[in-house]
Amino acid sequence: MTTPLRFVLNDADVATDASPGMTVLDFVRGARRMCGTKIGCREGDCGACTVLVGTLDGADVVYRAMTSCLLPLANVQAKHVVTIEGLNLPDALSPVQQAMADEGATQCGFCTVGFVVSLAGYCLDARQPSDGAARAAIDGNICRCTGYKSIERAAARLTRALADRPGANRLEWLVTQGYVPQSFRSIPRRLAQFIPAAAAAPGPLPAATGKATVNHAPVAVGGGTDLYVQRPEAMEHSALHPTFDHAAWRGVRLRDGRCEVGAATTFSEFVESPDIQRLVPRVGLFLEWVASSPIRNMATVGGNLSNASPIGDMTILLLGLGAEVHLAGPAGTRTLPLRRFYKSYKTLDREGDEFIAAVSFACPDARTAFNFEKVCKRTHLDIASVNTAARFETDGSVITGAALSAGGVAPVPFFLAKTSAFLAGRRVDAATAGEAAALAVSEIAPISDARGSAEYKALLLQQLVYAHFLTLFPERVRWEELA
Amino acid sequence: MKNIDSWGHLRGESIYLDDVPELTGTLHGAVFASPVAHGVLRRIDPSGAIAVPGVIAVLTAADIPGANQIGGIVPDEPLLADGQVHFCGQPIALVLASSDAAARAGAAAMQAAIDPLPAILDPREAARQGELLVPPKSFRLGDVDAAWRDCVHVFEGRADTGGQEHLYIETQGAYAWCTEAGGIRIHSSTQGPTAVQRTAARVLGVPMHRIEVDVTRLGGGFGGKEDQATTWAVLAALGALHTKRPVKIALHRMDDMRMTGKRHPYTSDYKIGLAADLRILAYEVTFYQDGGAAADLSPAVLERTLFHHTNTYFVPNAHATAYSCRTNVVPHTAFRGFGGPQGMFVIEAAIAHAAEALGIDRADIQRRNLLQEGDEFPYGQRATGCNARPTWDGLERAGDLGQLRTDVQAFNASHTVEKKGLALMPICFGISFTKTLMNQANALVHVYQDGSVGVSTGAVEMGQGVNTKITQTAAITLGIDTGRVRVETTNTTRAANTSPSAASASADLNGKAVEEACEAIGARLLEFAARRLGRPTAAGLVLRAERVHDGATATALEWVELVREAYFARIALSEHAHYATPGVHFDWTTGKGAPFSYHVYGTAAIVARLDVVRGRYEIETVIAMHDFGRSMNEIVDRGQTEGGIVQGIGWMTMEELLFDTEGRLRTNALSTYKVPDVYAAPARLEIHALDTEGPPTALFGSKAVGEPPLLYGIGAYFAVRDAVLQANPAARFAFSAPITPEKVLMALHGERFRTARSTAGHAVAGD
Repeated sequence: MTTPLRFVLNDADVATDASPGMTVLDFVRGARRMCGTKIGCREGDCGACTVLVGTLDGADVVYRAMTSCLLPLANVQAKHVVTIEGLNLPDALSPVQQAMADEGATQCGFCTVGFVVSLAGYCLDARQPSDGAARAAIDGNICRCTGYKSIERAAARLTRALADRPGANRLEWLVTQGYVPQSFRSIPRRLAQFIPAAAAAPGPLPAATGKATVNHAPVAVGGGTDLYVQRPEAMEHSALHPTFDHAAWRGVRLRDGRCEVGAATTFSEFVESPDIQRLVPRVGLFLEWVASSPIRNMATVGGNLSNASPIGDMTILLLGLGAEVHLAGPAGTRTLPLRRFYKSYKTLDREGDEFIAAVSFACPDARTAFNFEKVCKRTHLDIASVNTAARFETDGSVITGAALSAGGVAPVPFFLAKTSAFLAGRRVDAATAGEAAALAVSEIAPISDARGSAEYKALLLQQLVYAHFLTLFPERVRWEELA
Repeated sequence: MKNIDSWGHLRGESIYLDDVPELTGTLHGAVFASPVAHGVLRRIDPSGAIAVPGVIAVLTAADIPGANQIGGIVPDEPLLADGQVHFCGQPIALVLASSDAAARAGAAAMQAAIDPLPAILDPREAARQGELLVPPKSFRLGDVDAAWRDCVHVFEGRADTGGQEHLYIETQGAYAWCTEAGGIRIHSSTQGPTAVQRTAARVLGVPMHRIEVDVTRLGGGFGGKEDQATTWAVLAALGALHTKRPVKIALHRMDDMRMTGKRHPYTSDYKIGLAADLRILAYEVTFYQDGGAAADLSPAVLERTLFHHTNTYFVPNAHATAYSCRTNVVPHTAFRGFGGPQGMFVIEAAIAHAAEALGIDRADIQRRNLLQEGDEFPYGQRATGCNARPTWDGLERAGDLGQLRTDVQAFNASHTVEKKGLALMPICFGISFTKTLMNQANALVHVYQDGSVGVSTGAVEMGQGVNTKITQTAAITLGIDTGRVRVETTNTTRAANTSPSAASASADLNGKAVEEACEAIGARLLEFAARRLGRPTAAGLVLRAERVHDGATATALEWVELVREAYFARIALSEHAHYATPGVHFDWTTGKGAPFSYHVYGTAAIVARLDVVRGRYEIETVIAMHDFGRSMNEIVDRGQTEGGIVQGIGWMTMEELLFDTEGRLRTNALSTYKVPDVYAAPARLEIHALDTEGPPTALFGSKAVGEPPLLYGIGAYFAVRDAVLQANPAARFAFSAPITPEKVLMALHGERFRTARSTAGHAVAGD
């Protein structure tokens, strides 16, 4: 066993020898017997177990909502974990709780705590409050009773109240107003005492933590959002290479005309990156269709790529951007096009001792048009029936280069190679869109499953290829010409 | 008054099953269930489970001391499989271990030898093979056979609705331990404590008084815990009996989803006949209910389908036949609406069929046929206090439907890539358990000597706000602040022989019992007050605002003093009261009677916005005019209405229950079974209240509100359908809900796509 895990849980300093693979949910409900955090699904899809995780950033602590059922203790090392017990005031409801009470926004109550925690995170968030941001803050919380309208009204009350929140000394205002207990004042100081986890693990690979056994070899874990869904029992007892806080693998960098995204970069950090927003202007809209806020706060780019789901949204998006993947191993780094990374279902071109360190793509410029499409049963927080990304380079009327990807249509995240090749040199018009869509459909081999029949997926890809053209070239391609 | 439970809910201090403090030595139970849909159970091999560290015992049917039987209406369902298995997910054994993880590992290591038998997965096929759970039932009004010749328009077709997973966020569970003198205490997440008690007694072979069932609250029920919480509670009790240790079962989500029943899928055939003036003259319908492998509540659900098969329309000649079909899937069960929604969908589909064929607005047929005062339902009851037209016409005004129609038409005229669809959905829902004997409840009220009040009833709080309404009832009746009233857990030792919290009727039934109990205590207190105030009688004295009043005038005697002195004077401060709904009756031999104490009416307008390219849509507007009677709690009632609407929209749109060809549930997790999220709720959801006097059998005139609003969701199907037809008037697609994005896209473009592909395929073949 290595040194104990240390973090702050609500107002308590914690040092524990619990397995770093144990989830925060099991730790707070089991070891700590704090029952406010509820178990709804154990796969990050309901939000009943939402907690806030605060990370020291300069003199401030930045709080993010996360689903504690998928959150390993290893990933809260040196951080502030906030459950409902850490938000309650002694004898009063907080403004978040009061707004929910006033609007009748709690019925059976089982999901309620998750909403309160998510909305507390919204109040702590430094960004400009708005109804849209409030709704986004609860996009990972499922309520089966209320129909959400009362919760939205409560959130709208908070948004109005937050208009008075000052830009500076935000935390002090929140404490004074009772949004969070007074103990929050001491958190920056207390977190600063911890040795940053990343600093303790220099070098290309994050050091393993926990006890490896014959049955449980060390597992590289990023945000945990796939691994803890796929093998929750095994994860608790596994030794981990926790990549989540590995500073060298985190963040977005521009270098030599390429944009490099560290493997440990979360989806939230990706979408919030000013560089990404400049290079992929509608990335905010695209990522709104991908998972939910708490999952985006956890899920990493590298994790999504290595999970190798044929339908992974980030994978399809990066495949459409024409990305390359950078693997770090004992012999150094190796780079290959993402489109060649996937050999067959869940099989990667990767050695056992190689890790995904980063992914990069050529920076889009003024001639680049990029679009991402996704259709599923539920528009948000759902796995796609089909998703697709398209990157076009044009000189205005002629396509000079194209990269199209599609998910849910093959055993691997699929690069539409024939369609992409076909498009080079074609005019931007409805005829091209029609031919490209037909070609795309001819390239794929979807199967029927819970997300749709094979025929539907084929039709859907045709429509989404149309959608790429309709969205990116509205003045050159019209729906009436395609329908 | 706000929901009295909100303080605890918002602070995470409310106690659900999984939060009950665990006793030392508690064992955890995991269920080993059938991996096949149908087969002969040759042998159960527990050796793999026993070898798992921490596993203490494995219990099978052979370990049941009483009857291995949990069927509520029909005795056709074993607690643990014996001899045969009838559906994937049927419990075969209970593995008990010192931790939840060990119990689950043990269950995973269990083996059973099962010889597969052919499985029936289609209810029509089951009906063809005579596999019925109960004999078919039918309703008849007028002479439908003779009426066809008077019809100018006759249309026939088929309409299907899918099942619906309850997806209460709290999964099913129970916690049981032995008490002295052979007793067992069961904490259960059930809507029906008496059902748990009765069944546990039967399975354990003991009298009911040995079983105590206690329910604090549920994290959602929606019908899913009416009958199907019993399995887990009785298994926990069985485990406690065998091991003499506390046993807890809290189902993991995937186990809950594969082992518990859903809303019944239905497939139905209809025939509708209209006069030239669009009056419905005749309606004939045959329902095939997918009941699953055992009866559970299916027969009662089937009956409510019949009761509501004409929705809120007067149909002079109607004939409905319903088959409860035995299939090899999990036994389906109660779900908000209880068969009513499935019945109503079919007549709405028949009306849409007629409207589409005649090229007219659905609403023209709907409005023409709305029930009026005194009209006869197919089951013989007459519509009294009929608010069908008032809610429709009220919606026209309050919802400004003229403007809404104009906006939708203007949008469609100016858009090609998007289209909007509009549907109206009038509803009518009967209140009362259709099984008359269940319309009874009791309450136990204690006034403690310090003036605080404890109330026990058979009602289970599951988010519907019944605790709040009961608190209000006690406070209003005793004339005290609501803060003095505490609603106790639901416990079979304090409220016996109770009906489940279901049928939207819990507040009416239990609230009326509380009202009677409080009136009796109040009457005794006022008699005492009269003596204390030196008056000959209590006439004119009332309890109000924490004080005895003489008419409008306050006396010096306030509540706490009154109670204390009454206690000293040896006045009884407790009361047990029993309430039975007056006037309800039904005779199944004739199919006639007055099964409902009243009906709830309403009308909603629903607008869908469709992305014609992608087949994606949103339900952007719902405006409802709802008949609340005189709402005793507008916050609670509004919450029930909004929540019911969104749940109904979910059933009609994205909630798709899929079984594979082997009878395994494919949509067995939240990742594959999607319920509405915050973005799926209509951006505009307006609820208007019809201003009416409530009926006397409604608590303070406040009509039951749990189930009826879900029915508005049916309109979502027809709004989306309308949008599809706006985009592609040639689209021909089945009346089949849910109307998933897949069905929408196939209806919009599927035919052309198929044609193009087959042409391309021929070209390739010819190369």
